[in-house]
Amino acid sequence: MDTSIKILIVDDFATMRRILKNILKQLGFKNLVEADDGTTAWDVLESQEIDLIISDWNMPKMTGLELLKKVRASTQYKTAPFLMVTAEAQKQNVIEAVQAGVSNYVVKPFTAEAISDKLQKILK
Amino acid sequence: MDVTLINPFIDATINVLETMAFVTVTAGKPYLKKDNIAVGDVTGVMGLTGVAQGTIAVTFEEKCILTVVSNMFGEKIDGLNDDIADAVGELTNMISGQARRELDEMGKVFKAAIPSVITGRRHTIRHYGNGPKIAIPFQADGGEFTIEVCFDR
Repeated sequence: MDTSIKILIVDDFATMRRILKNILKQLGFKNLVEADDGTTAWDVLESQEIDLIISDWNMPKMTGLELLKKVRASTQYKTAPFLMVTAEAQKQNVIEAVQAGVSNYVVKPFTAEAISDKLQKILK
Repeated sequence: MDVTLINPFIDATINVLETMAFVTVTAGKPYLKKDNIAVGDVTGVMGLTGVAQGTIAVTFEEKCILTVVSNMFGEKIDGLNDDIADAVGELTNMISGQARRELDEMGKVFKAAIPSVITGRRHTIRHYGNGPKIAIPFQADGGEFTIEVCFDR
């Protein structure tokens, strides 16, 4: 995996952003940016060049699904890797995310190995 | 109240705490809770809607949540602070999500709101449903916590 890429972590819970950052750092990723909801994430995406988006689903102002749709509708991030990491684990949620163009999906709770595995698939 | 709604919350609690906080968790005997006073020091509360309306609350003793969050972060957390409150919210979110997935497989579909967190000894937990409050005590490494589930009759 290319660990020099810039990763945007989006979750309204600081706890989850911290856990994901810890895992990503253990995997060797150093270029990490955070946002606490979809709207802030979109501001980051517009102002910086992001290589991978890791996002929660249920967030105020703009959900992860809405962010995903916005990303896929954009020219710059149309094909950007997008990993949904969420407690929303019902079949309908996964279907919606796949239809919206998610690259992969991790259900909370998760292990570091699960994150690593999904990243390897996405970044291959 | 439909008692088949309870087990998914027990399963979810054990899975979430063991996966994210690496603690061993044992469920105790559920009981009917008569009052609104939290048995723990910090509580995550989340409204649920769908085949029934209600709430789930996860309330932790201080020493328990400090152990849990210290494990989640990989560093020692010494006292209740905003990080702890945030973590309780996320734990409640994950327990709710996991339980709702199991309930979905049973044909019982629920949606959840974003959780709220309350801190302080003997704070009040206000449930949204008007049914009985079922409390499930848990023993974990570092202390005790309780799940409360309340749905409309």
